[in-house]
Amino acid sequence: MFILLGMPVVQIIIFGFALTNEVKNSKIAILDPSKDAATTSLIAQMEASRYFEVDQVIHSAEEIEPIFKKGKIKLAVIFPANFNEDLQHFNKAQVQLIADASDPNVANTLTNYATAVIMDYQNRITNDKKLPYTINTEMRMLYNPELKGAYNFVPGVMAMVLLLVCTMMTAITIVREKEMGTMEIMLVSPMKPFRIVIAKAVPYLLLSSVNIASILLLSVFVLDVPINGSLVLLVFESLLFTLVSLALGLLISSRAESQQTAMFISLVALFLPTVMLSGFMFPVENMPLPLRTVSNIVPAKWYYSIVKSVMIKGIGLHAVWKETLILIGMLVFFLGLAIKNFKIRLA
Amino acid sequence: MKSVVVNNISKRYGSKKVVTTALQGISFEVDKGELFGIIGPDGAGKTSLFRILTTLLLAEEGTATVDGLDVVKDYKAIRQRVGYMPGRFSLYQDLTVKENLDFFATIFNTSVEENYDLIKDIYSQIEPFKDRKAGKLSGGMKQKLALSCALIHRPSVLFLDEPTTGVDAVSRKEFWEMLRKLKEQEITILVSTPYMDEASLCDKVALIQSGKILSIDTPEGVVKSFGKKIMAVKSSNMLHLLADLKRTELLEDAYPFGEYHHAVLKNESSGQELKNYLQQKEYPFEIKETEPNIEDCFMALMKN
Repeated sequence: MFILLGMPVVQIIIFGFALTNEVKNSKIAILDPSKDAATTSLIAQMEASRYFEVDQVIHSAEEIEPIFKKGKIKLAVIFPANFNEDLQHFNKAQVQLIADASDPNVANTLTNYATAVIMDYQNRITNDKKLPYTINTEMRMLYNPELKGAYNFVPGVMAMVLLLVCTMMTAITIVREKEMGTMEIMLVSPMKPFRIVIAKAVPYLLLSSVNIASILLLSVFVLDVPINGSLVLLVFESLLFTLVSLALGLLISSRAESQQTAMFISLVALFLPTVMLSGFMFPVENMPLPLRTVSNIVPAKWYYSIVKSVMIKGIGLHAVWKETLILIGMLVFFLGLAIKNFKIRLA
Repeated sequence: MKSVVVNNISKRYGSKKVVTTALQGISFEVDKGELFGIIGPDGAGKTSLFRILTTLLLAEEGTATVDGLDVVKDYKAIRQRVGYMPGRFSLYQDLTVKENLDFFATIFNTSVEENYDLIKDIYSQIEPFKDRKAGKLSGGMKQKLALSCALIHRPSVLFLDEPTTGVDAVSRKEFWEMLRKLKEQEITILVSTPYMDEASLCDKVALIQSGKILSIDTPEGVVKSFGKKIMAVKSSNMLHLLADLKRTELLEDAYPFGEYHHAVLKNESSGQELKNYLQQKEYPFEIKETEPNIEDCFMALMKN
């Protein structure tokens, strides 16, 4: 009943307020060797818009790559050495925009915003001059030059498919034994809850590795999404995420009274948060603080960010160790809870 | 040492509003190696009692021990040494006969070979079907497999919850013969059944109704304590006859019993009086005195 009446309310609020494709307050980096009047006012204007927030000022082109790998920066604005001089003497200057296109939608939106701001500036300074100034913006899409949507949705779908399949598979296992009555004799045996729970997880882990393999093969050979990072690391992280999902499923299973309840819980309690809060459909950064906090307990969020880093950006464990640790923590927590919640009696 | 001791056990189900009392202050003891029958109609509390003794449920009141171990405190130890066959078929339907047996041997940390002598008589009957899925077995064979699985770890106490319900008459008889053989292995057996005719096959029986034990005795003892005369009456119109029997003041009770009706005489009335009464009716009948059996006793006990 609560679900029936509460669901629409929650959904309207979440969809209406929190989940927008608009990109606000994106962190950008500035490389401005010229530091003249023109660049300063251009930067000030960018910062004045609600879309950008200057996070870092860098001093050399070498720094660009590393800050993107850290993942905080979505866009870098690079000015040439003599921006104002070029503009004054040749009426022409260049700005380079480098965007993190592992999320093509965000990259596209950001470069459009940036270009608009620059054009706006260009028009303003041209007004009282006879000769028009032209500022050329040159764009570079990092990691995903063709802005392929698959780069974004493959990691997201991986997270979703693994989570749903694994959780639902295991969610019904223990409940099914309760319904079939087999749990009744299983309990009157020396089997410990730990052993039963683990024994339930192992076969599904094997099945899930087949899933992982098929998803990766399809991504690479059908969707042309490259695996830029280490395959071993990617597989390891995927297995870790699978385990987290299996543990979640087992937790649901040890609590639920019927297979139907188990299915329903895994669908409602996992599917929606995964779709909405993992960052795959809607950027988490723009959500209000409460939702951003909630998104932290969605395992798919961390896995999604790991896959994007490893698969698309091609970076190693050193960049995703935090996410990895969080997933390991979740695994231990859910598995422990599942074992603890396992009922050693019938009622 | 007593194999099973039940002391004042009560069990209730439901929340505050609707409370169903399944067991009310039940007490009994079972000796080692005894075949103890718990007889009662559906809903009498048999399954609840078995689940409490197999540590699957907690009783609200009272204590119970199995093999000297407390069912609450020492549940882990009890689970290692008892065999349990629930009323509902609870093996893995999609595993074969052999796989089920191997599986239960494994979870009890033993092997089929180790205790094969114990289950040989039973298992050899279903061995020809060992590659068939358990779900595809007939009712009688399912019970034999379930019994084999419950015995595979050589339990000291065996709990059989309605093992013969839904099983044909021949298989039922076979099943009881198997239980008698198991008794020779010093295994204590608690068996529940709704069939009163099976009571005489036990060493001792407890009659249970609405969560209360009506009597505990040996089958002979139960019969001896009956102390009333029973007449078996037969006629061409049984329905009519039963109505007439129920109407007379001479009888304590009358009920159909196989091809006869059993008429329980009141202490002060005699068989001749009943004969005279029936002769006034306009149909031929046949009447004879009969020995009370255990079913008559239970009918009387349950009526009071």
